[in-house]
Amino acid sequence: MTETRYLAAQTLDEAIGAYAAAAGAARILAGGTDLLVQMRSGVLRPGLIIDVKKIEEMTAIVPKADGGYWVGAAVSGAVLAEHKGFAATWPGVLEATNLIGSKQVQGRASIGGNLCNASPAADSVPALVAAGAVASIQGPHGRRELAVEHLPAGPGRTHLKPGEVLVGFTFPAHPKGSGDAYLRMIPRTEMDIAVVGLGVNLTLAGGKVTAARVGLGAVAPTVLLVEDAAKALIGSSLDERALDAAAAACRAACKPINDKRGTIEYRTKVAGVLLKRTALIAAERAGRK
Amino acid sequence: MAKVHVTTTINGEPEEFLCEPHQSMLDALRGPLGLTGSKEGCGTGDCGACSITLDGRLVCSCLMLAVEAEGKKIGTIEGLAQGDHLHPLQQKFLEWGALQCGICTPGVLVAAKALLEKNPDPTETEVRFWLAGNLCRCTGYDKIVRAVLETAADMRRAA
Amino acid sequence: MNVIANKWIGQRTIRPDGADKVTGRACYAADNTMPGMIWGKVLRSPHAHALIRSIDTSKAEKLPGVKAVVTAKDLVEFPVDKPVPLGIQDMRWMSRNIMAREKALFHGHPIAAVAAINEEVAAEACKLIEVDYEVLPHAIEIEDAIKPHAPILHDFVRFEGKPSNIAGTMVNKVGDVEAGFAEADIVIERTFTTRPVHQGYIEPQACTVSCTADGKVTIWSSSQGQFMVRAMTSFLTGITQSNIRAIPAEIGGGFGAKTIIYLEPLATVLAKKSGRPVKMVMTREEVMRATGPTSGSRSTVKIGAKKDGTLVAAQGTFYLQAGALPGSPLRGPVGCSFSPYYIPNILSTGYDVVSNRSKVAAYRAPGAPLGAFAAECVIDEICEKLGLDPLEFRLKNSSKEGQKAVYGATFGKITFEETVEAALKHPHYKAPLDKNPRPGVKRGRGVASGFWFNAGGESSAQVNITEDGNVAVTTGHPDVGGSRASIANVTAELLGIDHSRISVLIGDTASIGFSNLTGGSRVTFASAIVVTQSTEKVIGQLKERAARIWKIDPDAVTWENGEARPAGPNAGKFPPLSLEDLAAKANEMGGPIGAGTQLNTTGADPGFATHIVDVEVDVDLAIVRVLRYSAVQDVGRALHPSYVEGQIQGGVVQGIGWALSEEYLFDKQGKLENAGFLDYRMPVCSDVPMIEPVMLEIPNPKHPQGVRGVGEAPIVPVLAAITNAVHDALGKRFCDLPLSPPRVSAALDAAAE
Repeated sequence: MTETRYLAAQTLDEAIGAYAAAAGAARILAGGTDLLVQMRSGVLRPGLIIDVKKIEEMTAIVPKADGGYWVGAAVSGAVLAEHKGFAATWPGVLEATNLIGSKQVQGRASIGGNLCNASPAADSVPALVAAGAVASIQGPHGRRELAVEHLPAGPGRTHLKPGEVLVGFTFPAHPKGSGDAYLRMIPRTEMDIAVVGLGVNLTLAGGKVTAARVGLGAVAPTVLLVEDAAKALIGSSLDERALDAAAAACRAACKPINDKRGTIEYRTKVAGVLLKRTALIAAERAGRK
Repeated sequence: MAKVHVTTTINGEPEEFLCEPHQSMLDALRGPLGLTGSKEGCGTGDCGACSITLDGRLVCSCLMLAVEAEGKKIGTIEGLAQGDHLHPLQQKFLEWGALQCGICTPGVLVAAKALLEKNPDPTETEVRFWLAGNLCRCTGYDKIVRAVLETAADMRRAA
Repeated sequence: MNVIANKWIGQRTIRPDGADKVTGRACYAADNTMPGMIWGKVLRSPHAHALIRSIDTSKAEKLPGVKAVVTAKDLVEFPVDKPVPLGIQDMRWMSRNIMAREKALFHGHPIAAVAAINEEVAAEACKLIEVDYEVLPHAIEIEDAIKPHAPILHDFVRFEGKPSNIAGTMVNKVGDVEAGFAEADIVIERTFTTRPVHQGYIEPQACTVSCTADGKVTIWSSSQGQFMVRAMTSFLTGITQSNIRAIPAEIGGGFGAKTIIYLEPLATVLAKKSGRPVKMVMTREEVMRATGPTSGSRSTVKIGAKKDGTLVAAQGTFYLQAGALPGSPLRGPVGCSFSPYYIPNILSTGYDVVSNRSKVAAYRAPGAPLGAFAAECVIDEICEKLGLDPLEFRLKNSSKEGQKAVYGATFGKITFEETVEAALKHPHYKAPLDKNPRPGVKRGRGVASGFWFNAGGESSAQVNITEDGNVAVTTGHPDVGGSRASIANVTAELLGIDHSRISVLIGDTASIGFSNLTGGSRVTFASAIVVTQSTEKVIGQLKERAARIWKIDPDAVTWENGEARPAGPNAGKFPPLSLEDLAAKANEMGGPIGAGTQLNTTGADPGFATHIVDVEVDVDLAIVRVLRYSAVQDVGRALHPSYVEGQIQGGVVQGIGWALSEEYLFDKQGKLENAGFLDYRMPVCSDVPMIEPVMLEIPNPKHPQGVRGVGEAPIVPVLAAITNAVHDALGKRFCDLPLSPPRVSAALDAAAE
């Protein structure tokens, strides 16, 4: 039986030092809603659990001078929802984070954990990708930035290097006329893992889309940034043709599997349906009449 | 194995206990603390029978390490009633027959109390989505939702 | 005697066990601890089907902290060729279910059990047990189990003279179906499938067992029958029943599943070997993998009718999954599917199919919902083809008093028609439904009916007057959903005293007479009978005491409003004697006051239900949601309406899960892929609307309060009602459950092509 130690790190340096020193035997604890399930099922028994919730930078939500935001990786969905400024700016990111599990789970589960758990079906990730959020990563050799879509490497795997910790996210300034939205398909109304999840973030000027990003989850080994779908939307007034083209791009991007949660055919079809619905909600939030 | 000493507050009372570093809060509550009102239905955060509050926020105690209780305030079902004076939710659940086997009831009550503290005037839809993390297999949820809505109305009138 | 006065019967009183349950104090099975207690864990098969060549437990036994290890050889072995019945169970199969013998028959089948100083050491010890398996090909689904050259689970099972996975059949027959179909103007035949679904009780199985040096065994566990726990543990361990005391803990849901046991015999043998009390608690994963769901099914139903809608013939062929050992609930579909209707020619056949999955257990109206699903969907199609209103059709064809049911009984005063009439009159049935409320959204309405036998059987009760003139009632069946509340109402009514003066307890096997299981919609029916008889005896004693005090004839005393009074002016003039007065004088007037009744109750007439449901379909995503649900049922007499309504509401929502989202999913190796609440997908609070129970109270003339069993019938019509509503919305008939989005989507896409 492996002994487990617990460390409530007070500083980022302390956390990274311990994490690097444990050489793979340690796990980061933020909300713990994935970690504890893995430990209980016997999949995992870490030698060291490093609790990062006492590290200020990792639990902070900070509006930036340019209109952007810093959100610490250990911030829970429930805490994020209570930040009125963030909620008004990024409603899509918020609805995605607050679809993770139950109210009980949202009280604990962190955005950073949702990304680092590297499930292709993670709810917050397509919305983060659509938002253009950038992950801030710190390790024994310093700090680096990585677009969110580049962090997952496959189911359960990330591009974090040994000893590196995801510290938080930088959200870009949201220009006037912008809106984001997230929709997912689940069989029940709550408590399910997304069969398909889709985030859209777009900017409108004079009724035309001037910028767009589409994040698509649960249809490939990692959450996808679907650039072809964005291209189909940009320049359009979100007319039927543009939406059809973007939906087709989403379907084309799908490389899903048949599993207990959905079939290849169903997931592919749903990706297109969700693109249309999500884009229209985002456009409405962007001020489309 | 080296046990960890935890100092915390449970239902307003200072408490100390020893736990393994990997032990869940639920196991600590049901084990060394003897508070078996929180139930384990799944151990994976999917049923809500172990719901507690952590510094006032609703969480599943099965998804929290016991060591994380250090310096925090924990609220459990055992703290809902004030002495022999039931919380209005507890009273209403009895009046409405909003429980059958009762195993989910502690978790439902803790979750419902957290809802009413945040939102004293919830709609039926808000109650249903808030309680989506509390599985009940006996009641079909009907009387639970009604009891929560009625309690909210009573508490607003009393306030 | 039907009680007319109803000060307490029919009142929504506070349940006797309520305060404990809302404060977290109620003691469920896993809440029990004992001094010196150790923990048991089960090693389970990692294969769906494998010969067990050998088991070596020596390394596990040597691990520090391990106190005992058991395998099948520590339990009683029953030869396979001779049935060993206990109730509806056969101990041949039960012994092999709780611990594998020759073969591991499903992924999760117990192979050995360990008791150790804590759960972690016990789990570690399980890993040290070396099992030499010879992995065999397996079959999970019915089709795979009955096809030629299927892997055979049991070489002793033969069907039509050959080795087979069909372990049994049941045939119910009336008339001549071939002649009946020849008379029909319309005949519809369809094949339906349903998936196994789990009862989904929130409390995993758990027990604590103490075995003392004098050979006495005490079991604390939650079950649907402490007497079943005692008897089954006795059979499977070889310990005589009189040396076992089973104490019922509060039970956190059963729905039929806890009418059999898994852990108690293992914990008993571990406790005996180790000399320490042993506690065992299943994880949710173990519950899903290794306890019984209800059967999945493949049913072919063929029904013939005349143009005017008169039913003339029905044939049902029902294949049910038994799991790894025989014992599907064939009686459910075979006996119930056509019983709401008078059909002169019926042939109803069931097949019990074994395959490499956990052995099924009872689940609410065992087998009846899957049969009703097939029959009621075919009836809906006949109504559509004939242009008849489906409820009017049911009225026209309803079973009536004096007719013989296909399962053999002759119906007494039955009340199917009344449920249909109430549904016809209900505002829900008349309410307009906008079938195209928004682009991409369709709505539809469906109806279906259902039948359940109901049951009586053995029950015991003791009613004692306390020294201070209050009342303690003890019954012998676990209270799963509020039966103590109903019993308190009945006792208060009969004695004419305030409800709060009655305490109701569930006795253990040593403190109350034998009582059969809580199940089959029998407990409120049966326990009200024995409690009524006991209370009437107590009232007789009270009148005798008063007569003795007054020195008059006991017949000259009446009992009214909680007091003995002279029956009339001729009896003499005495101030009334209250229960407190008589209790205070009890000992000088002959001793304590109390009476018991032990009875095999009869008179449980069947239950009928008719349901109306509106659904909404998000066509592009193929998601079905229930918008409105009304469930009509004749409940006889609702002793405590809240808990009667609760049975109906809970049964309906379980049916919604069965119809829309619940199913067992296996991987290619025969391992259950969704062994948890996350992916098993029971309805959550936001999935369902309010469920309107429409209770008809037509008293059962064979019951003192008019009670009719309630718990099973409300799940029977749900699968068909929803499927019929989806047809109304989409114009497409579905025959395979659950109506999960990928399945509905594929069907819609296929139809569009």
